[in-house]
Amino acid sequence: MNIFVCIKQVPDTETKVTPNADKSYIETNSIKWIMNPYDEFAVEQALQLKASESGSSVTVVRVGGVKDTEALRTAMAMGADDSILVEGPDHLDSYMTAKALKGAIEKSGKKPDLIFAGKQAIDSDSLQVPQLLAQMLNLPSVSVVVGFESEGGQLKLKREIEGGAVEVYEVNAPCVVSCNKGLNTPRYASLPGIMKAKKKPMEKYSLDDVGVSDDDQRVKYSDFQLPPEKPAGKKFDAMDEADQQKVVSEVVNLLRTEAKII
Amino acid sequence: MANILVYTETTQSKPKLVTLEILGKLSGHTVEVASFDELGDEATKQLAEYGASKIHALKGASLEQYSPEGYANALNDFIKSQNYDYVFAGSTSLAKDLMPRLAGMFDAGMASEVTNFVMDGDSFSGTRPMFAGKCMAKVEVTGPKPHFVTVRPNALGMPESPTSASGEVNQQEVQAGEIRAAVKEIIKGASERLDLTEANIIVSGGRAMKDSENFKILEDMANVIGATVGASRAAVDSGYAPHAMQVGQTGKTVAPSLYIACGISGAIQHLAGMRTSKVIVAINTDPDAPIFTKADYGIVGDLFQIVPIMTEEFKKLV
Repeated sequence: MNIFVCIKQVPDTETKVTPNADKSYIETNSIKWIMNPYDEFAVEQALQLKASESGSSVTVVRVGGVKDTEALRTAMAMGADDSILVEGPDHLDSYMTAKALKGAIEKSGKKPDLIFAGKQAIDSDSLQVPQLLAQMLNLPSVSVVVGFESEGGQLKLKREIEGGAVEVYEVNAPCVVSCNKGLNTPRYASLPGIMKAKKKPMEKYSLDDVGVSDDDQRVKYSDFQLPPEKPAGKKFDAMDEADQQKVVSEVVNLLRTEAKII
Repeated sequence: MANILVYTETTQSKPKLVTLEILGKLSGHTVEVASFDELGDEATKQLAEYGASKIHALKGASLEQYSPEGYANALNDFIKSQNYDYVFAGSTSLAKDLMPRLAGMFDAGMASEVTNFVMDGDSFSGTRPMFAGKCMAKVEVTGPKPHFVTVRPNALGMPESPTSASGEVNQQEVQAGEIRAAVKEIIKGASERLDLTEANIIVSGGRAMKDSENFKILEDMANVIGATVGASRAAVDSGYAPHAMQVGQTGKTVAPSLYIACGISGAIQHLAGMRTSKVIVAINTDPDAPIFTKADYGIVGDLFQIVPIMTEEFKKLV
């Protein structure tokens, strides 16, 4: 099977975010970049599938900036065979990203059997790319997957929906699968894996090479701002048992009369 | 003025509240509604009250059950036969899956999960959170029409005095086309309550809950005030609650009117998931817990004592 995994490099969840000078994006100078957490589940599932389908390969694809290619090396250290980097800004919109991924997958010459991705990137939270990519490639897709079974390309996928309920899909490969937390436990890259990854192939393309131009932009972001600060709230001490009832009565009363919420 | 379609789903035969929020915000424009779900008289009446000029009840073989391709193919055919500038939908589980594929069929752009917007004439501009809500950005859609927009539930608020429209019902035959990925079975979730992302009141437990059994005291409170129960990542990772209950950057993002955080320290990643709650109550024994910097009302105390007392106080009000 030709297995692809689409990954994104995003700011670490601890990163303090501040708008840049012209509010066109955020300040990126002191950001620690990580593999998008949801993409780790995608890489792991791809590697598990590879292990169960002999003769398979896993290619990791990323659209983003050249200065940091760690996410691709990490994926290869986990066990992916090779990678493709489409060089461009880290924050293209979903349409351009999906189109670039499509172009890269087609240029690889390998017809995809499975394409994995994380369900969303934690910087943009758009949740569009996997479904959009599937549409562009004319493939079925199942998103927010928390259960994956494959019998030689006959897939049984569990998709998480509201209220913790699960839709069980049956679909034949080729298919695009977006992964949610709970699907698997991503492996750590081993030291030998990290050493091997340094020699694994990383093909590089420009946006032009994969057929993407500025005309493909569909969404414009501007005016980045910090969210409005809430005024300081009221704090009550109820560590002493004697104060508990009084404090709770007061808070519940405030919820009713001041916040008007109950 | 713009021609707008609002895609709608129902919950227990009623239009989802987010649809009514969107209709309210679009007052003054020509807004039509479409749904694959059964819309009874009460539902169509309510949609008309909130501003739907036409209500398209979409029907066709293989469309009784959701499938991304079936619904996208059917909506694609329907939208192509009309002349909409914009297609809106509440950012529900289904819409998050369906809308990007549908937008792709039109080579069109989509603004995901906006928390506010302005429709000025036929020009849309939205506001959306980025980096898990650590900052906000203005978002606009360019390129071929229609433009697609999904809206976060509970973000716009219900309109105070909605403008009604004719609500003329149109039974519309549509085609599902080829469906390759089909749902064979649905496994129901443990909870009967509203999903966290749609809940108006949430009671959440953190690592201090110590045990999944202890979540019962939160369930008891939730029963009294009609809340949904959530959990922090720490509680989920410790096995006290399933992942479906997790609120936070790698869980669900919620926007309730009231969020009661019990034994939750308030890590950045948790705050990312609930910071836009209108009113936040925090209960924690640590007076320096970061959650208190975001809480409107903070109680420094033991949740195992405070929560039952609070439940009794709520009972007196309800």
